[in-house]
Amino acid sequence: MKRDREMTQQTTLNALPIGASGRVTAVKGNSRITRRILEMGIIPGVHVQLIKSAPFDDPIEVSVRGYSLAMRRSEAAAIEVAL
Amino acid sequence: MANSAAHSLTIALAGNPNAGKTTLFNALTGLKQKVANYPGVTVERKTGRWQLNGNAADLIDLPGLYSLDATSLDEQIARSVITGEQKGVKRPDVVVAVVDATNLERNLYVVTQLFDFKIPVVVALTMIDVFEKLDHQINVEKLAHMLKTPVVAINAKTGRGIKELAQEVRKASELSESKAPVFDDADETSGPHAKIFARYSFIAKAVQESTRHNDTPKLRISHKIDKVLTHKFFGLLILVAVLLVVFQAIFSWATVPMDLLEQGFGGLSALVKENMPPGILTDLISDGIIAGVGGVVVFLPQILLLFLFISLLEDTGYMARAAFLMDKLMSKVGLHGKAFLPLVSSFACAIPGIMATRTIENRRDRFATIMVAPFMSCSARLPVYTLMIAAFFAGQTVFGFISVAAVLMLAMYTLGIVVAVIVAFILKRTVLKAPPPPFLMELPDYRLPNLRTVLQNMLTRAWLFLKRAGTVILAISILLWALMYFPRDIAPTQSAATETGQTVAPNGEPAPAEDVVKESEQLKHSFAGKLGHTIEPVIEPLGFDWKIGVALIASFAAREVLVSTLSIIYNVGKDADAESTTLVSAIRDAKRDDGRPVWTPLTALTLMVFFVLAMQCMSTLAVVRRETNSWLWPLFMFGYMTVIAYAAAFLTYQGGRLLGYG
Repeated sequence: MKRDREMTQQTTLNALPIGASGRVTAVKGNSRITRRILEMGIIPGVHVQLIKSAPFDDPIEVSVRGYSLAMRRSEAAAIEVAL
Repeated sequence: MANSAAHSLTIALAGNPNAGKTTLFNALTGLKQKVANYPGVTVERKTGRWQLNGNAADLIDLPGLYSLDATSLDEQIARSVITGEQKGVKRPDVVVAVVDATNLERNLYVVTQLFDFKIPVVVALTMIDVFEKLDHQINVEKLAHMLKTPVVAINAKTGRGIKELAQEVRKASELSESKAPVFDDADETSGPHAKIFARYSFIAKAVQESTRHNDTPKLRISHKIDKVLTHKFFGLLILVAVLLVVFQAIFSWATVPMDLLEQGFGGLSALVKENMPPGILTDLISDGIIAGVGGVVVFLPQILLLFLFISLLEDTGYMARAAFLMDKLMSKVGLHGKAFLPLVSSFACAIPGIMATRTIENRRDRFATIMVAPFMSCSARLPVYTLMIAAFFAGQTVFGFISVAAVLMLAMYTLGIVVAVIVAFILKRTVLKAPPPPFLMELPDYRLPNLRTVLQNMLTRAWLFLKRAGTVILAISILLWALMYFPRDIAPTQSAATETGQTVAPNGEPAPAEDVVKESEQLKHSFAGKLGHTIEPVIEPLGFDWKIGVALIASFAAREVLVSTLSIIYNVGKDADAESTTLVSAIRDAKRDDGRPVWTPLTALTLMVFFVLAMQCMSTLAVVRRETNSWLWPLFMFGYMTVIAYAAAFLTYQGGRLLGYG
């Protein structure tokens, strides 16, 4: 990720490199999955870190609010993050 | 709720999974607890009695929840218990919310939802010792003040805070109304999720005011462990190693108690024969009930061991890691990562495997897993494979050094897996069609297993299996026995012979069945023998004669019964095992009416294929009935598996003949 620009970089949780962290800006969608993601504490403003991905690169482990949450990359793609 | 002192309180225990709810429940109730299901669903209902400052209170352990939004079955049940809508459960006077201090914010989410029900809540704060070990600090009074709710720090193992918890619960039960904030009126017009945001901002403030976090937190121990256990390469290697240990235990350690049980039931059966007057009742008890139930109970050591390992893996937190490692592979078939361990367990026995699918939240995912679990070659199929290989493929090799026996064994296991994958794929696109459910799964911190929780879990599950499957197993055992026992050709009194088995005729008793030939003759002329003749045209295209048909019918009790039934039918005596040379040569020598041999290597192979795929196990069907809560699913399972098994066996036999074998 380029850091030479002043503006904060917008990306999705899915696209974060391993070990990188960011602040959630939005969770897209309005399905049951969206709701469950929010209820697990991933809401705008919260700090998330991508810890690792599983052997076949999916799912991923995300650290949020001091605990670890595993999710599929397809689910993480709906979570927008600012670096 | 002003209560008189005599009024017996009802208290519910709620909270996130892994928050320490079960440990607290055990500490409060001791051994006085009951496990059952909520009527009509397979959500576990755990209740016990809590000695609350002298008065016993009813304690209900609600399923572990992240939310009370009622999207999953667990959540619906918990919600209806709290609102008092759940039939047969009194509306709780107080809810004790178990909250993990190391994971405060997410744990408090469901607490703020409890507030909305305007029910008195007492927060039981667990894992404080762990929290403080991480150099964090928490001010319990401050947290209580912020939440406007009593908070008690507890440690179920040392007993810390249990007394105070009881006091607070009693006090809360006497309050006319709770002062806790309610989020019912959060403005949802500003967005569909405004309420969730409102809860979390309230929680964030409460947590910020009451805790002080160490700025340079130590790397969590779980993360260190996970560097190895969920490593892309070593993680998979360790998963395989864990499974190897489990299977080693099941296939070698379990054989000792299994042999003992087998001898025990054999002895009991003989004892009944010796000490009761000869007659139908004696035969029913010794050959029908004791032998039939014994045939299932023999597998109990394996089932118990498997439950032990599953409970252990769940309690330590490894289960979630296994699901994490395998989800990608499982999702290709349309199954959840959590389906992996139940399916692997099914290689030992499908029963614990099927019961372990309860951790899969989505009903369709869970049912698809249950439906394919019996395709995994379980230990009861081994004697069948062993017998067939011993009779027709022993000592043969391919390319001079690979044993045919090993190749065949591998082929049978692979066949089961391949068919399971295909069936799961089809089911998830037809009968159990559903959008992919969220995977979202907490990876809880590793912890040392609580021996008591693990053992209790194991025993509860084993007991549930025996209790619920027991009646079905007993009924089918008696039915199968009657099929093979009646009519008595030695006492051809029409009246006693043609009855369905309810009549206990005291007269015209046959000689003791020690005579092997007589036993064999009896079986041939029994209803089962006739049934064998009846289905012969159907199984003829598979290369099976009516005698094999009888064995197929009998082995519905449990697959390994095929071996003893063949022994009886070939006059070898029922005690021959799968490697018995007399049984092997009897099978090789068996002739059809026209003098052709019944068995060829192709017939043996066909029978093995049939056994990989056919639903020849009444215990599994009984458990599926219990776990799906309907007869529809076990019947569907029996039906489609039999069709697949027949088709595969047909292709094997007829294909083999076209190629010039057999």
